[in-house]
Amino acid sequence: MSTQDDLIKSLKKKAVEMRLDLLEMLEPGKVGHLGGSSSATDIVATLYFHKMNYSLKNANSPDRDFFLMSKGHAVPAQYAALAEAGFFSKDEFPKMKTLGGMLQGHPDMKTPGMEAVTGSLGQGLSIGAGIAYAKKRMNKAQNKVYVMCGDGEMAEGQLWEAAAFAATYELSNLTMILDQNGLQACGSCVDIMNIPNLPDKWAAFGWEVIEIDGHDFAQIIEALDRDPGSKPKAIIAHTIKGKGFPFAENVVGFHNGAMTKEQHEEGKKALLAVKEALK
Amino acid sequence: MAEMASLREAYGKALVRVGSKNKDIVALDADLGKSTFSRAIEELGEERFVEVGIAEQNMAAVSAGMAIAGKIPFFSSFAVFSTGRAYDQIRSSICIPGFNVNICGSSAGLSDYGDGKTHQALDDIAIMQVLPNMTVLVPADANQVDGMVEAMANHQGPCYIRIPRNDLPVITERAPYTIGQVDTFRTGKDVTIFSMSGMVHTSMDAAELLARDGIEAEVVSLGTVKPFPTEKVREIAAKTGKVMIVEEHNVINGLGSSVKSALAGMALKIGHMGLQDTFGQSAESYELLLEYYGLTAKDIAEQTKKLV
Repeated sequence: MSTQDDLIKSLKKKAVEMRLDLLEMLEPGKVGHLGGSSSATDIVATLYFHKMNYSLKNANSPDRDFFLMSKGHAVPAQYAALAEAGFFSKDEFPKMKTLGGMLQGHPDMKTPGMEAVTGSLGQGLSIGAGIAYAKKRMNKAQNKVYVMCGDGEMAEGQLWEAAAFAATYELSNLTMILDQNGLQACGSCVDIMNIPNLPDKWAAFGWEVIEIDGHDFAQIIEALDRDPGSKPKAIIAHTIKGKGFPFAENVVGFHNGAMTKEQHEEGKKALLAVKEALK
Repeated sequence: MAEMASLREAYGKALVRVGSKNKDIVALDADLGKSTFSRAIEELGEERFVEVGIAEQNMAAVSAGMAIAGKIPFFSSFAVFSTGRAYDQIRSSICIPGFNVNICGSSAGLSDYGDGKTHQALDDIAIMQVLPNMTVLVPADANQVDGMVEAMANHQGPCYIRIPRNDLPVITERAPYTIGQVDTFRTGKDVTIFSMSGMVHTSMDAAELLARDGIEAEVVSLGTVKPFPTEKVREIAAKTGKVMIVEEHNVINGLGSSVKSALAGMALKIGHMGLQDTFGQSAESYELLLEYYGLTAKDIAEQTKKLV
């Protein structure tokens, strides 16, 4: 196998582990954002286990790359990556969203490896743009900043303020990744508030736009690697909400829902089968 | 008559002075940098001033990002916009993580007299002080702006400073400001007037009027609204047993609410002057608005006399 094939296989393995981690965070009957976490998992895995530069020993290194989960409800995917990377023990998973726990319902500074507070939607790209401005324009540094947004989140006006800002200041060190799974809390994004022609919109704001299948690792890697020139980069990733959990795929109710015991077992079985096939 | 000085100009000069000592200080504005004077920092290098356009929500959250990257941002706009328009960004992106982001609310209170209700911030103290981790500072004159800006830069955590559009008499010396500092400008045994910003010198004028009637008023500026200097205020109030609070802000959840909470349980006579749960309005002058809303030295003297 080529190095690229090895890389993709290793990322697939990480992604399976991360989806199994989601099951540890969300025991049967516990309400959580399974759908948007699992649609984002493959991209988050590629960032943490291939693309990003960070150090466990020096988590606050000024040279690190930054990841912000602007769609903060999908933070379980980031918790899975952070634990797999070694920022904290997997023992924390069952304690997610419990009193005093380090894994809050949305991103919080209590969690090792967390950079910002997000989850009030529409703010993460601005925060990322602030980091990118400080690093590139003030420090003349090479740090990269990755911000994951949701498609429901595209209705937040502040995002477009940030889009204009990043293009104006040529923040080519900033990448916005849109986890376009097509569903939001109360229905399909098209029905709730249609924001059409998203690739054209980002391009019109002055961004380098790449459309990919957000579950195809070769495409994810290629998109993250592509040099956007002097522009900020928008990766529009078509994804499946609930990806990897057969009962939850494309089901609105799993935006923030609870699994039954049977569904939990079904999910585990499906993921273990994928894991076995990767051996 | 004391010399008059612009607090806005003092803010710009302070950014330059403090910014020249610390290269991490950066100023952002939403197309009002010539009015807030935040653009002054451009003389230290063009990257030190960031024009974000008319996008206050983005400005607040971009500032949070700059703080993550180790910078000390000061973002400025008219107080209505830098606080109210960006409230949730300040709450979520800045105050919850407790980042070192500094916010300037310029043209605050009634001082933007011509522009009317939409531009007159009479609730900025209320919505900033209710946020956990936030520090709220209100300078009494231009000299105090300088000390406060330096204190904000050095303080780890979000800070808000309220700046009026109008010039104010210079009543303090240039000096470092300590957060929590309480400034007594006149001592008196009969009644204590607590106030902030332009109401401090107005209260001193009121104290002159009261003195003609044989009433000795103590005039105290509460430049730190949060963290509120509870013990100092209780000690000062206990000396006269009679307290008048004067603020160019809604009487709901502003300076007066904090003073009254601090004085809870004490047997005191308390008066409270400010905007009575109303928006402002346009007028030909700032002074005319102060007359309309009953916030002149004469008004303060009359109301305070009733307590004595």
